[in-house]
Amino acid sequence: MSVILVFLLVIAGIAGWWLSHQRLMTKPWLEQGMAGDFVALDRSALPTAKIGLGVFLAVVGCLFALFTSAYFMRMALSDWRPLPIPPLLWLNTGVLVLSSIAIQCASLAARKGQVDMVRLGLATAGLTALVFLIGQLVAWRELSADGYFLASNPANSFFYLLTGMHGLHILGGLVGLGRTSVGAWNGAQPQRLRLSVELCTMYWHFLLFVWLAIFALLAGWASTLIDICRGLLT
Amino acid sequence: MVDITPADAVPPAEVAEMELYHPHSWWTKYVFSQDAKVIAIQYSATATAIGMVALVLSWLMRLQLGFPGTFDFITPEAYYQFITMHGMIMVIYLLTALFLGGFGNYLIPLMVGARDMVFPYVNMLSYWIYLLAVLVLVSSFFAPGGPTGAGWTLYPPQAIMTGTPGGQDWGIILMLVSLILFIIGFTMGGLNYVVTVLQGRTRGMTLMRLPLTVWGIFTATVMALLAFPALFVACVMMLLDRALGTSFFMPAIVEMGEQLQHGGGSPILFQHLFWFFGHPEVYIVALPAFGIVSDLISTHARKNIFGYRMMVWAIVGIGALSFVVWAHHMYVSGMHPYFGFFFATTTLIIAVPTAIKVYNWVLTLWRGDIHLTIPMLFALAFIVTFVNGGLTGLFLGNVVVDVPLSDTMFVVAHFHMVMGVAPILVIFGAIYHWYPKVTGRMLNETLGRFHFWITFLGAYLIFFPMHYLGLMGVPRRYNELTDMTIMTESAHHLNSFISIMAFMVGFAQIVFLFNLIWSIRHGREAGGNPWRATTLEWQTPQTPPAHGNFGKDLPIVYRWAYDYSVPGAKEDFIPQNVPGSFAPSREPA
Repeated sequence: MSVILVFLLVIAGIAGWWLSHQRLMTKPWLEQGMAGDFVALDRSALPTAKIGLGVFLAVVGCLFALFTSAYFMRMALSDWRPLPIPPLLWLNTGVLVLSSIAIQCASLAARKGQVDMVRLGLATAGLTALVFLIGQLVAWRELSADGYFLASNPANSFFYLLTGMHGLHILGGLVGLGRTSVGAWNGAQPQRLRLSVELCTMYWHFLLFVWLAIFALLAGWASTLIDICRGLLT
Repeated sequence: MVDITPADAVPPAEVAEMELYHPHSWWTKYVFSQDAKVIAIQYSATATAIGMVALVLSWLMRLQLGFPGTFDFITPEAYYQFITMHGMIMVIYLLTALFLGGFGNYLIPLMVGARDMVFPYVNMLSYWIYLLAVLVLVSSFFAPGGPTGAGWTLYPPQAIMTGTPGGQDWGIILMLVSLILFIIGFTMGGLNYVVTVLQGRTRGMTLMRLPLTVWGIFTATVMALLAFPALFVACVMMLLDRALGTSFFMPAIVEMGEQLQHGGGSPILFQHLFWFFGHPEVYIVALPAFGIVSDLISTHARKNIFGYRMMVWAIVGIGALSFVVWAHHMYVSGMHPYFGFFFATTTLIIAVPTAIKVYNWVLTLWRGDIHLTIPMLFALAFIVTFVNGGLTGLFLGNVVVDVPLSDTMFVVAHFHMVMGVAPILVIFGAIYHWYPKVTGRMLNETLGRFHFWITFLGAYLIFFPMHYLGLMGVPRRYNELTDMTIMTESAHHLNSFISIMAFMVGFAQIVFLFNLIWSIRHGREAGGNPWRATTLEWQTPQTPPAHGNFGKDLPIVYRWAYDYSVPGAKEDFIPQNVPGSFAPSREPA
């Protein structure tokens, strides 16, 4: 459970930082009136939708941290036999990185108001994400063709579970991206388009980060890293 | 830091008003509504309906325990199914849904001075997915083999094996799917509750001016957003174990002479994941109750809450601490003794912020102008019950005391007191308190007092003897005790006594439901602010509040939520949106 505890510590750190800016030491019973500096504290300057997405990403992060915790705990048991990582995953990773770069370009273009570039970036990001998903499915087929079935070993089960969960989140992201694209082609208000492109970008980068973490986990580097950390601590 | 500007020097609005969704048809107004108030009522009604099912299940269990052998249809399998469904429904589909989905939806926008939740469409989806989860859960009663009988903790391996009702039928699958749906739906709602408190507050409503109800619901929602994923992970992995034959949790096991295909999995892993959700869940239910009860006590004792800052810090502290105590539910799982020591310590530390809250409630009452209204009665009953349940928690938090008590009725009595009866008492108090705002009419007073006394005394008569049975070693989860010699002679009839009390308390709830429905039309007209309370929901131009809550202009907040009996003020309460200062230290006006 150490992974999830570290994750929660980070969340607690962010929450604590935020709370420390909310003047929790004030004595509200002594402060009537509409003091000027209260107003600045009322809301964050960030758009509400971004804060909402940020909270959602914290929940998704929590989910994957818990899967990782379960992974490490299950891995410690004796019947664990790691499975070979299909080389295709490297290609898929590259495609997902491309996808993130494309959507970052769309985001930059949206900031400058270049609608054509936004469309190009969104289309590229969507297509590459689809290619990534197809690549993941092909990797699944390769593995099962080689006899690495879901139920034959816990390492296999976790492989399918983690990649599947991540894929589902990408699918959900594609729905959001689709809605944004419809807006981009139908001439949505620039302000609104920019916000929704930026939301997609946040989500894309986050899922890329999650994928890199999962990839490191499945390839076994994460446990090496943890062993090194443990060695340093003891 | 006293910093007061004259009331009329209000800066102009800097944040544009949110665009409010306006429904156009009857369907979008009352059924697929995006108005948080309607969603709140939908949540509450659904939770109450499924809660009635759980109430009936508890009657059936008490029939069996009180009069074993009398009712043939309550087989041991059925008894386990009743236990499981009763526990799961009460904890998740009733308490969590009612506090966060019901009270959260109704009170957060009104109390922080917002027109609605920040993502109304997502909020609507949240309710419909919750309803779907409830329907899937109910459908398991009609599935072949019936609902799961694995116990509300759903421990593997037994949860998905043949001997357990529903283990190899549809029961467990429907339960897991329902939980997964619930969590997805809750996450949608939870995002709204959190972000509305962050971003939807009206001008002047700083965090330290929020009513404690909002603090409680806000912190509980943050916790739920972080804790429910653990249940989600556990459910998904168990579903794979059951449906696709993986071995996340399933060890190598022989069932009826046959080696199952599972092997090597760890049931303890499930316990860790489950309780990583399960313990925060206790406080997900308790924190909204803490918040609401603070407001009830302050309003009905006409006195400002004692130690507001401490109350806020305690809520946040309890929320944080509750994530590092989960393994105290696993003392008997064979864990390393040092782990037990660690978790016993963290568990006992939680008593500190909790005790601060109890002291502050009592000190708020001290020399207050206590009105023994029905909400106040329930609030007082909550304090007593919560202290009681908390004290037995000190017993069970210690490893050496827990080990002999862990599988006895003592545990059942403890958690029913602390997270069953206590939060339910708050829910009742809150319903009596806010019903006039929701419907415009008061609940019937006589029926209300009848409901209170039967519920409060009855709950004690049910659960106090249960502690005693537990101390004598009466085990929990047994549908029948064949060997009565473990009990002293005088206790032999205690189980029937408890059962009769349970029927009476249940009957009182039916009276309450009748009161709820009858008073919609026949209750006394309440007016806008019958309790003369300060918080914003009582200051709406219409009662019940119209779509958009606050008329043309949003209220501006000039003070905290607890200006009761301020010396020098004309009345004994000053609403949050009234300008001008009446500080205690100043000369009377």
